[in-house]
Amino acid sequence: MIDNSIKRNGLIIGVVAAIILGAIALYQWQGSVSGKKSPFQPIKAKVSEFMLDNGMKIIVREDHRAPVVVSQIWYKVGASYEHNGITGVSHVLEHMMFKGTNTHAPGEFSKIISENGGRENAFTGRDYTAYFQQLEKSRLEVSFELEADRMRNLLLQPDEFAKEVRVVMEERRLRTEDNPQSLTYERFSAAAFQTSPYHNPIIGWMNDLENMNIDDLKDWYKKWYAPNNATLVVVGDVKPNEVYLMAQKYFGPVPRGRNIKLKPRLEVEQEGERRIVVKRPAKLPYLLMGYQVPVLKTAQENWEPYALEVLAQILDGDDSARLAINLVRGTQIAASAGASYDIAARMQSLFMFSAVPSQDKTVNDIELALKTEIERIKNEPITKEELERVKIQVVASDIYEKDSVFYQAMQIGMLETIGLNWKLMDDYVERIRSITAEQVQQVAKKYLTDDHLTVAVLEPLPLDNGKPTEIPGGPTADVRH
Amino acid sequence: MFAINRFFLSLILVISVVFNHHALASPDIHLWKTNDGARVYFVEAAELPMVDVHVIFDAGSARDGEHAGLASFTATLLSGGAGGLDSDAIAKRFSEIGARFGASADRDMTTVTLRTLTGDEFLQPALALFNTVLTKPDFPEQDIERERNRILIGLQYEEQSPASIVERTFYSRLYGNHPYAIPPGGTTDTVKAITAEMLKSFHSQYYVSKNAVIAITGAVSKKEAKEIAEQITKGMTKGKIAMPLPAVESLEQASEENISHPSTQNHVRIGQPGVKRGDPDYFALYVGNHILGGSGLVSRLNEEIREKRAMSYSVYSYFFPQREYGVFTIGLQTKNTQTKEAVDVAKNVLQDYIDHGPTQEELDSAKKNITGGFPLNISSNSKIIGYISMIGFYGLPIDYLDTFNANVNAVTIAQIKDAFKRRLDINKMATVTVGGQP
Repeated sequence: MIDNSIKRNGLIIGVVAAIILGAIALYQWQGSVSGKKSPFQPIKAKVSEFMLDNGMKIIVREDHRAPVVVSQIWYKVGASYEHNGITGVSHVLEHMMFKGTNTHAPGEFSKIISENGGRENAFTGRDYTAYFQQLEKSRLEVSFELEADRMRNLLLQPDEFAKEVRVVMEERRLRTEDNPQSLTYERFSAAAFQTSPYHNPIIGWMNDLENMNIDDLKDWYKKWYAPNNATLVVVGDVKPNEVYLMAQKYFGPVPRGRNIKLKPRLEVEQEGERRIVVKRPAKLPYLLMGYQVPVLKTAQENWEPYALEVLAQILDGDDSARLAINLVRGTQIAASAGASYDIAARMQSLFMFSAVPSQDKTVNDIELALKTEIERIKNEPITKEELERVKIQVVASDIYEKDSVFYQAMQIGMLETIGLNWKLMDDYVERIRSITAEQVQQVAKKYLTDDHLTVAVLEPLPLDNGKPTEIPGGPTADVRH
Repeated sequence: MFAINRFFLSLILVISVVFNHHALASPDIHLWKTNDGARVYFVEAAELPMVDVHVIFDAGSARDGEHAGLASFTATLLSGGAGGLDSDAIAKRFSEIGARFGASADRDMTTVTLRTLTGDEFLQPALALFNTVLTKPDFPEQDIERERNRILIGLQYEEQSPASIVERTFYSRLYGNHPYAIPPGGTTDTVKAITAEMLKSFHSQYYVSKNAVIAITGAVSKKEAKEIAEQITKGMTKGKIAMPLPAVESLEQASEENISHPSTQNHVRIGQPGVKRGDPDYFALYVGNHILGGSGLVSRLNEEIREKRAMSYSVYSYFFPQREYGVFTIGLQTKNTQTKEAVDVAKNVLQDYIDHGPTQEELDSAKKNITGGFPLNISSNSKIIGYISMIGFYGLPIDYLDTFNANVNAVTIAQIKDAFKRRLDINKMATVTVGGQP
């Protein structure tokens, strides 16, 4: 239920290596694609980096397995750039990006991509707003032309906005209002983060959506949509230099925007546990626990985020992880239990636990059981076998993820957009493999402490005044019996 | 919630492929039978050191009979203990070699999957363990009880989700006494009543070679793939193919059902039984629906409901082709007060489309989208194995991918109009809404 990042496995980062790039390929290397050899050699695809004069960064990763290409534009803006009163504006603007420019009518962007056999969409996160097209490789130019156009020439018409913000409100009803677990997560985040902008939901508070106006969007667009605040990521069956020349042709003329210095907006030190209760019509209780932890971007100790990543895998990597073995299958206190860590956040984040109790158990039983697991990690080092399993899983994931050009592009775009370097991606496996059992124990002791914990509990209210909802169960009775 | 996609991808349920003859080659599909009669479909993909294996049985929830949830329960229990290994041991073994195992059932089929690295130290133990869980599940009593409780919790989760309630109700209205009415997850009563004997007998009847299709994609040769297919089915009973499913009866009259739920939106489904795999109208309906509500952003339903009226975040239509007639459905969600209006608009759009069909411009655009996007459909191992599994399970022609583009391009406005008129009738459709009263 809680998924702040795309997928935990395989997200990378580490050293902040802000490399300023020249006009042409500054960095290029070719790794080897290992055939059936040892999978312990990470597969390093050929990656090229370019920088346009107007400050737009371009990263091209070659993958020649199929005649397709994915193109993604990542803007450094998202919910964590917003302030109270305009929450959700990044996401509403993302919707409005399909509503026409000086030269293209509303909806035309999508029609053109569609007629070129393309698939397109966009997504907004806490730390980014991104737009993508997936195309047969010869159609890439269509995408560049349209994206360059809407980078600076968006119309933002009041009547289109008035409709689209209502679509977003429907989206909020669908995702949050009518989903008790999502709603609990939203309220949980607002409690766990007091001064950090992670306090606010990505989709925005309903009241802010109701009172949003076209000027909020115009200001936001003008401020953040510029080539020097964007990264273009292209992955697929392409030649890097051709991509660069094409990008120069379309994005080159877009004028540079002003440089913006972000304020840190750090979370205040948490001084004691916080608890909230969310009451909502539902059938199942639900528990969320989050501990304040550093991420790669903020870590003082470079290895700590990798150790937290291993910890999340030990607890919840797969069916052989501790929460599955001990809580779901062993004591059977939990119907489901998970742990997660978002290593690629831009700001300090949370090490999360979520769980649904089994039929006769309560959220208190689960909280106690989860804390027992945490204490065990602190008191006795994880076993060699557990650590080995995690390391193999990381190697395997690294290979399996290469089956998707889209996922490869996401990893690059996300790292760059939070201000880290995509090259961390290729170091990830090695960094994880270097983590020791002692280091896992150390981060657990240091960060998983009650004073840095926020707990939220979903307390179900009756769905229908206490009457169980009857939902049909298949063929009519005469057939069933 | 890491991100907010603009559209739901539910429309992708309609698995379809197109092929552009001039520019592209579709994957080279090899086909043979194992010694015991399982059909094997194989595509070599040498680039990444990994292999995917799907074993598909004609053993969906349509085979549950009186015991709704049986197929799904059986699939869940495969890794719950097999060949004397307990569930923890199985999970650890798969994990320590980096392998991923999965098993699930939908209405038509049970699919058991393995993804593994290809080095011998990974591949061989992965195949051996896969064979064990596939052919020798023990169905231990304690695992049955644990998973039963988890399934029951899952059913409670569905009861708090208007999307799940509307789905179940819709299928029930469309299929009445036909086994497609059975919810794959079962019901509280039926799941409580399932016994170890039922699970074992379901497994021994349906998890048999003659009832199986195997799909393999990855960095192995055809010779190696042949060995893999034999290895994973070793010890499997030959058995026999499942009996044909009964035919789906058409709905006789329109129906409307409104279920009260404490949500801010109503979830809406409108539809009737639609099309089956291999249906002569398939291409006309597929291309026709692409224009109506299958193409996300640029469909007629999206234009009228979302773009013009801002009534729903996600609105779509699809034909879900199955062994027998799968659903045709329109779906949307809208705030409670405008439910009736949204239903009316959706029905008007549909009726207009049935009456008049698409314009030539719409048809041309749809064909460009479908055929131009073909390479995207087969651009990864996971997509390729999805297609060969479908071709294999439904017995579609082996040149299905090669001819798909031509079939799409051959569709005319007259064919679409004719097919929609014959196959869809608003006066016989079921409408289900779940949500708060306005």
